[in-house]
Amino acid sequence: METIDCDVLVIGAGGAGLRAAIAATQAGAKTAVVSKSLLGKAHTVMAEGGVAASLGNVDPADDWKTHFQDTLFGGKYLNNWRMAELHAKEAPERVIELEHWGAVFDRTRDQRMSQRAFGGHTYKRLVHIGDRTGRELIRTVQDRAVHGGAEVYMEYTITRLLRDGDRVCGAFGYRRATGDLVVWRARSVVMASGGTGKLFRINSNSWEGTGDGHALALDVGATLIDMEFVQFHPTGMVWPPGVIGLLVTEAVRGEGGILRNSEGERFMERYDPKRMELSTRDVVARAIYTEVREGRGTPHGGVFLDVSHLPAKTVRKRLPSMYDQFLELAGVDITREPMEVGPTCHYMMGGVKVDAETGATSVPGLFACGECSGGMNGANRLGGNSLSDLLVFGKRAGEGAAAAAAAAALPAVDQAEVAEAEAELDGYFTSGGDEDPYELHADLQSMLQENVGIFREESGLVRALSRLEEYRERLRKVHVPVGSRAWNPSWNLCRDLKNMLTVAEAITRAALMREESRGAHSRLDFPQFADYWGRHNIAVTKTDDGRIAVEPVPVVTVPELEPLVEERKAKEAAG
Amino acid sequence: MRHFQVWRGDVSGGGLVDFELDTVEGMVVLDAMLEIQRTQAKDLAVRWNCKAAKCGCCSAEINGRPKLMCKTRVDSLPDDAPIRVEPMRTFPLIRDLATDVSWNYEVEKTIPPFTPKEDADWQIGQADVDRMSEFRKCIECFLCQDICHVLREHDLKAAYYGPRFMVRIASLEMHPMDGADRTELLEHAAGLGLCNITKCCSDVCPEGIKITDNAIIPLKERVVDRSYDPLFRLGRRGKRDGR
Repeated sequence: METIDCDVLVIGAGGAGLRAAIAATQAGAKTAVVSKSLLGKAHTVMAEGGVAASLGNVDPADDWKTHFQDTLFGGKYLNNWRMAELHAKEAPERVIELEHWGAVFDRTRDQRMSQRAFGGHTYKRLVHIGDRTGRELIRTVQDRAVHGGAEVYMEYTITRLLRDGDRVCGAFGYRRATGDLVVWRARSVVMASGGTGKLFRINSNSWEGTGDGHALALDVGATLIDMEFVQFHPTGMVWPPGVIGLLVTEAVRGEGGILRNSEGERFMERYDPKRMELSTRDVVARAIYTEVREGRGTPHGGVFLDVSHLPAKTVRKRLPSMYDQFLELAGVDITREPMEVGPTCHYMMGGVKVDAETGATSVPGLFACGECSGGMNGANRLGGNSLSDLLVFGKRAGEGAAAAAAAAALPAVDQAEVAEAEAELDGYFTSGGDEDPYELHADLQSMLQENVGIFREESGLVRALSRLEEYRERLRKVHVPVGSRAWNPSWNLCRDLKNMLTVAEAITRAALMREESRGAHSRLDFPQFADYWGRHNIAVTKTDDGRIAVEPVPVVTVPELEPLVEERKAKEAAG
Repeated sequence: MRHFQVWRGDVSGGGLVDFELDTVEGMVVLDAMLEIQRTQAKDLAVRWNCKAAKCGCCSAEINGRPKLMCKTRVDSLPDDAPIRVEPMRTFPLIRDLATDVSWNYEVEKTIPPFTPKEDADWQIGQADVDRMSEFRKCIECFLCQDICHVLREHDLKAAYYGPRFMVRIASLEMHPMDGADRTELLEHAAGLGLCNITKCCSDVCPEGIKITDNAIIPLKERVVDRSYDPLFRLGRRGKRDGR
């Protein structure tokens, strides 16, 4: 079995992982990046609308304090205040840095980076290029990382974090093309594995979003936080069937798109008259879901999103990929007709609990950043805050990991643990069971969509837990129906399912515990805010006997920022 | 019900395998492949990610033509013949529809990255951005590399970087703040002269980039101008627009 030595191992090659790799190599660490897909294909490439940074190029009144307040208001005050503070303060310099690395963004008339409006942001704040901002961002950091000396391992999947005593000392995984097994031995590890969208039936994610980092970190003793907060983006495509869930960027609403139900009513007036279409994502998603459920949906079970009142030229220039996407996939010319849209599982607010300054987790040697980390976004993420999040905290985690690596000896890899990891992967060929991985995955997705989706209640959550128990039994009998280890998606899915079941239980247990409605978590049986839960996050850990445990922990606050938070709360209360 | 012929196999051999599938309205070829994978050929190797023509993973040859599977509607293909789905021919085969495109990433490493000019002021106009945007919207699907006959028929990967990287170099060369000089690279290692402007690459680009007209031909002109005209060489970085 091949063993690769490095100082810092980064798991994941989206924006967060690549930004971490740039920081680690700059700090002098020999850095390896493991990517589940080809380089440049991670979810970052699909991000459309923009990156939030209070540059004030368009609205000079903007500053970090307002961005901080917006982020906390959007997250319903459950964010880690220190993370939200660092994010708001450092996003502008991270974006300027990106431009100095060659990224190209749309301009203002005075030749500076332009900024657009987005849901929940007080000012025009999102630096963007058309509706392909993520593509520009990932190209820039992938080029920077590769030319900076990071070694990238494409199309490898990590299935276990390895430990030397209580310290994470590397990872074990396989190469997708051949099924060959590999061990990376590292002084420190950055988890940047992205999200969990593949748990739900209607989602905007690729096959990769199976919560690998969440589950693997939990397995080695890390704490997860805010797992009950799953972001359903308000606008995914609802037709034709093959594209259900495909993202329709929030920039459509940022540029002036209007939402209407089948009766022609601009229904956001009833849900958030102040912010209308540019309310936060949790509010708009719930509104659309409610309109459809109450019989005011479109023929294909969505609502109408219309930009046909804008000049056709503007639509094609500002939203070019949306124009193409609807014309080619749905046969709809969005300059003339409305789109049909509905909520789609898009982003995971919850993730590995980290130290705001360094991205360090509670496990020595393990760092985390980007979507697989938690705390920054609280109960609901604002659009545009993920690209800035991954730049700010990718850099910090890369630097944190490099510093830890410099202070650590090269660890020993426990061969017994490697043998165990290998046996686990072989076991899917020899389980003797007859469970099909694709069927189990489809059942899991439907079950979670129904019971742990946009609206939840105790009976459904309890039912979900008992179903998950059954699915764990079925996972023991899952077997690879055909083929070898060489590029075999059915085998790959077997191991991914284990992660998905772990994450599903974490989400469900946290959702059951939070007896209130807040942000992306809506309980039909507890429709109001509860004061206690406004001051507590839910931490998820694995017990010594392998059970998943949940407990409330106080929100991380910063006393000096109290006046800013109180100011915003008072303003919202006044309407 | 539609009839698909999907190439299956690995380096040791393979061939077209027949599948029948109930199709639904709006179905794209990638949906069909994933449905076949889910129900009939559970180890079918297909590379895909975003399903929205943004990541450039699901490149294949559909009825002999390089296309993104996620962007090709089944109902756009003739219904009186089977739909043939094969891997890209220009790259080494891994399995079934998946090919080894790693050569492209090795090429990328040899191109001098964006290097800001010392006096860069970062005042950039929208016209400059719009001009660069055409090249920067490339999704790296490598369909242009697949169709390029220099790479496909003559396998001259050692001599020519291919259209994708002419687009990449053009995007860097046209950046008003970039100070690196890639003329030498274009003339020699990148093999710009090997392109004889058949425009096949532009025809298959899912982003509609006019690769030949807007990237390759201007680069050829630039190389000629700069190799033979020292004044142009001095002046080229002075030109700015976008105001």
